[in-house]
Amino acid sequence: MSTDAVLYDHPGPKAKVRNLVLTVVFGIAVLGLLWWIYSRFDAKGQWDANLWKPFTQSSTWTDYILPGLWGTIKAAAVAMVLSLVFGVLFAVGRLSDHWWVRWPAGAVVEFFRAVPLLLLMFFIFFGVPFITEEPMSIFWAVVLGLTLYNGSVLAEAFRAGVYSVPRGQSEAAYAIGMRKGQVMSQILIPQAARAMLPVIVSQLVVLVKDTALGYIISYNELIQLGVNNLSANFGNVVQAAIVAAIIYIIVNSLLTAFAGWLGRRTRRTGKAPRVTGAQQMTVEPGMGGGGGTS
Amino acid sequence: MDVFSDALNRDVYLTGFLWILKLTLAGGVGALVLGVLLAAMRVSPVPVLRGFGTAWVNTFRNTPLTLIIFFCYFGLFSTLGLSLSDDINLNNFWLGAIGLAVYTAAFVCEAIRSGINTVPAGQAEAARAIGMTFRQTLTIVILPQAGRAVIAPLGSILIALCKNSTIVGTIGLMESSNAMKELINANGDAVIPIFLVFAGTFALFLIPTGYAFGWLANRLAVKR
Repeated sequence: MSTDAVLYDHPGPKAKVRNLVLTVVFGIAVLGLLWWIYSRFDAKGQWDANLWKPFTQSSTWTDYILPGLWGTIKAAAVAMVLSLVFGVLFAVGRLSDHWWVRWPAGAVVEFFRAVPLLLLMFFIFFGVPFITEEPMSIFWAVVLGLTLYNGSVLAEAFRAGVYSVPRGQSEAAYAIGMRKGQVMSQILIPQAARAMLPVIVSQLVVLVKDTALGYIISYNELIQLGVNNLSANFGNVVQAAIVAAIIYIIVNSLLTAFAGWLGRRTRRTGKAPRVTGAQQMTVEPGMGGGGGTS
Repeated sequence: MDVFSDALNRDVYLTGFLWILKLTLAGGVGALVLGVLLAAMRVSPVPVLRGFGTAWVNTFRNTPLTLIIFFCYFGLFSTLGLSLSDDINLNNFWLGAIGLAVYTAAFVCEAIRSGINTVPAGQAEAARAIGMTFRQTLTIVILPQAGRAVIAPLGSILIALCKNSTIVGTIGLMESSNAMKELINANGDAVIPIFLVFAGTFALFLIPTGYAFGWLANRLAVKR
């Protein structure tokens, strides 16, 4: 069903009236809700200009919000590169013909997909120093946690991508005398990567959202600097949280739009194998927070 | 495993997972109800309803859950004075459950909407041809078929929700991740067993749940 309009007829006179009534009733309800929020803010003095004024000053942006955003982007970017490597390695491992490679790789992927990311970060940041007897860098605790979790999710996505390449491709490659490693690295992975490109980009959205977990172990990212520290100085926690949320929404919407554009583009040129049915990969942003929806 | 032979430590562990269970249940029920309503709004003939659903999904799907839960506590509770219970733990629990439900509902809505898209257009056209109204088309023809297609995605969302409920620890609830942190800090010599027990508990419950949903989805799939 490509258009939702297939669910209902063109409205006749009666339906038009009914839709109008529903529009008015629901519109009033939404306006009522907005007004309730407004008055609640008003009652607590949250519209006070002093609370919003910091956002018009450039020092707020250069001292708090932009460094925070940079921390978020830095962690997400490094974790993305590392999880791509992790993902390819473990996807190939799970596709191996040798059980002693396949089973451990499968166990690792399943384990890190099932463990909440926050639990993993707590272990890396608070637990690992007890073992190594050296303090853990907070940046690497965040990046390592993100890599292990998102790498496992990507490994599953790559595996689905490799399965989506038509059988004829690998059969033809074996027929002209390629070895197993050559078939994987020259035939299957390049085609799978193309099919998976939109998924990889939308996984970036999950990564950007998950760096927010770094706030809990006080890594200097957008929530830590732009909400926590900022509001400690200006007492405007609600306003700072709203501004931070808007920044997240803009960044993630751009990434989602990019992923969608990539998806349409690879489909149109037909260079990527068609992914169909149950293996259809979504380019919608995932849930993150230690829980992917793939 | 010495750590867990101490009754106090065992208590910390059990309480932690009890909170996770409660958060998953409360958040899950809330997210399912909200998500179905939002999905119905997003396919309805009324533009205002569609706009509301779209705005909800785009707002909450793109905001980190940590920030939403942070806002539930510091915004709704501390600043705006929305108190849900006199007991501090129960209050934090309900604030966290609201955050989880609001966030997860956006994903439930999108899962159901893409489930609706798997139902062939002919089904809805046939339903309209025999004179069914929008509500009848949706509840008698489309949703029962879409429901079978969304079992697997809803299963993934439930699993993600369960893992996400650890984030409520941000606002001070002693759920499993905070419980683990406390045990690690008190027992520096047994860090790995502690982690393996906590992570293993999640894996023990969530990996079979994933397979069970996959099996159920296959069994109930509409054969076309």
